[in-house]
Amino acid sequence: MSTSILPDRHGRFGPYGGRYVPETLMPALLELEEEYAKAKKDRRFQTDLAYYLKQYVGRPTSLYRADRLTKKLGGAKIYLKREDLCHTGAHKINNAIGQVLLALRMKKRRIIAETGAGQHGVATATAAAMFGLECEIYMGTEDMQRQALNVFRMRLLGAKVTGVDAGSRTLKDAISEAMRDWTTNVRTTHYILGSVLGAHPYPMMIRDFQAIIGKEARKQILAAEGKLPSYLVACVGGGSNSIGLFHAFLGDRTVKMIGVEAGGTGVASGKHAARFSGGKPGVLQGTMTYLLQDENGQINLTHSVSAGLDYAAVGPEHSLYHDQGRIEYTSATDAEALSAFDLLAREEGIVPALESAHAIAQVVKLAPKLKKSQVIIANLSGRGDKDVQQVARMRGVEL
Amino acid sequence: MSGRLEATFQRLRDKKEKALIAYLMAGDPGLAETEQLVVALEQAGADIIELGVPFSDPIADGPVIQQAAERALKSGTSLRKILNSVKSLRQRTEIPIVLMLYYNSIYAMGYEAFCSAAKSAGVDGLIVPDMPPDEAGPLKGPADAAGLPLIFLLAPTSTPSRRKLVAEESHGFVYYVSLTGITGAKLSNVTDIQQNVQKLKKVSASPVAVGFGVATPEDAAQVSKMADGVIVGSAIVKRIASHQQDPAMVGHVAEFVRSLKAAMAPA
Repeated sequence: MSTSILPDRHGRFGPYGGRYVPETLMPALLELEEEYAKAKKDRRFQTDLAYYLKQYVGRPTSLYRADRLTKKLGGAKIYLKREDLCHTGAHKINNAIGQVLLALRMKKRRIIAETGAGQHGVATATAAAMFGLECEIYMGTEDMQRQALNVFRMRLLGAKVTGVDAGSRTLKDAISEAMRDWTTNVRTTHYILGSVLGAHPYPMMIRDFQAIIGKEARKQILAAEGKLPSYLVACVGGGSNSIGLFHAFLGDRTVKMIGVEAGGTGVASGKHAARFSGGKPGVLQGTMTYLLQDENGQINLTHSVSAGLDYAAVGPEHSLYHDQGRIEYTSATDAEALSAFDLLAREEGIVPALESAHAIAQVVKLAPKLKKSQVIIANLSGRGDKDVQQVARMRGVEL
Repeated sequence: MSGRLEATFQRLRDKKEKALIAYLMAGDPGLAETEQLVVALEQAGADIIELGVPFSDPIADGPVIQQAAERALKSGTSLRKILNSVKSLRQRTEIPIVLMLYYNSIYAMGYEAFCSAAKSAGVDGLIVPDMPPDEAGPLKGPADAAGLPLIFLLAPTSTPSRRKLVAEESHGFVYYVSLTGITGAKLSNVTDIQQNVQKLKKVSASPVAVGFGVATPEDAAQVSKMADGVIVGSAIVKRIASHQQDPAMVGHVAEFVRSLKAAMAPA
């Protein structure tokens, strides 16, 4: 399958994607697309990006063989792609650095971003601080409460954090508010969207910035095992860490891929963010993709223990691979994710982000069914320090 | 193809008047009130009604209209019920009614089902704020077939090539967004508006109406000198919101609309 040509020039991944935005933003999206196309071919831009990814972010991240987890589950050999070891603690910085470099090319000195779990907000605030740019982060007030630590981190980094008290007060509402800010200040401001969502060129550009995860992992696994993995597993909120890991393997027909959505308290309960089992196509925040919506097209409220997966839409490229059957999508419940969170801490000494714990929960289900000769790579997209306080609170421990 | 819209602009041109386009969020506070408001605002001088369809995630709208949408959804408003209201209004009034609705509301009903239902209810045009002409392809066929004009928006940030595209694709009228921002922001840079509207009128066969930020009779007076129509939204919705519990709500809002229209009278 040829995936390198996707999206088409209209920003389409098959029927999905596109640019469903107010006219005010169209010129900015067209400018961004053009500037990104130039930057991609510009050796100087690529050299700068490579420099910051290596010296500031700490890439390449390691591909760690999780021996104790492998033994405990008693099946396939498990590797973890350690995006949690990136500067700021998650893969989000790969995209934030790339987009800040683009903003500098476009001479936009003000950066805005939305954040759910706070990881993208922290990454953006970090990149903005490093380049001396003004930065404002929009965050739902519900998320500010469950991710208080990251709110404080963003403020330490000099960003203004603005609470959004509309709708479900989570990621979706933060994106709407950031889009409104961008619409108002588009001449001076670049909007660093954090996942493979929104209007073209964002889903393509963010995928490209995150594709380094899979490029590294493919080389690393070939060096370590002399063969490709049987499975790739990653959690899917908007879908940037998963498409980042999967993209370099899409042409490898033997490699199966599983995206894990937030099952909340169970898909049957209605309190979840499993777009592929509970949703249907529609248009939200600039793109056509699978959405959780009612029969009138109103967007449903979502639920997940993990703020980063708590979103009603999924990246449009995922919707295409879902329809084609190239990637399998499943979900893990809050309880399964919390149990995987504990398991990884105890067996491997790694506290994963609650988002990434959804991927581990799937590994727990999958590994025992596979042969010992088979290999799974799971993307450990972020570290769990930000979640410690929330998990403690859920267990009745006051810190 | 737009009987009522075209006729209205023609009638006003003959009288050297400008169109006052009044925005209402359908179902805020309830559809019964919306129907009363449409009739009362027509009597108060509104020439065209822009009826907002509430959406859970209105990215082009500021807080005033967002909150109105939340109230309307809470009162159980849906697109189908709004179309029923338009149908029942058509027994009482011939004022042009254009719907302003987000793409997903149409998509969920289906392009053809929606267009034929809207047309037969008596809708005169569609404004879809998150659908630039570039994405209008799938809706255009069914809308043309039903005889429903698509009204596109042009912004201060639009380049000459986009101005041309919007002018060519827009029917009924062209909606010029007066500012880079969302609904309910403050009117600014009147000189810019004037220049951009003039450029737009050169390439547009349809009338040009200006909206976003028109909040007072003074604003309406100023803008009516530059364009064929003036759109007032948040300022009306704000008055509905502040008189929610007041039995005289419709009268208060009509009074405000009367003052807008009076300010737009040709000198």
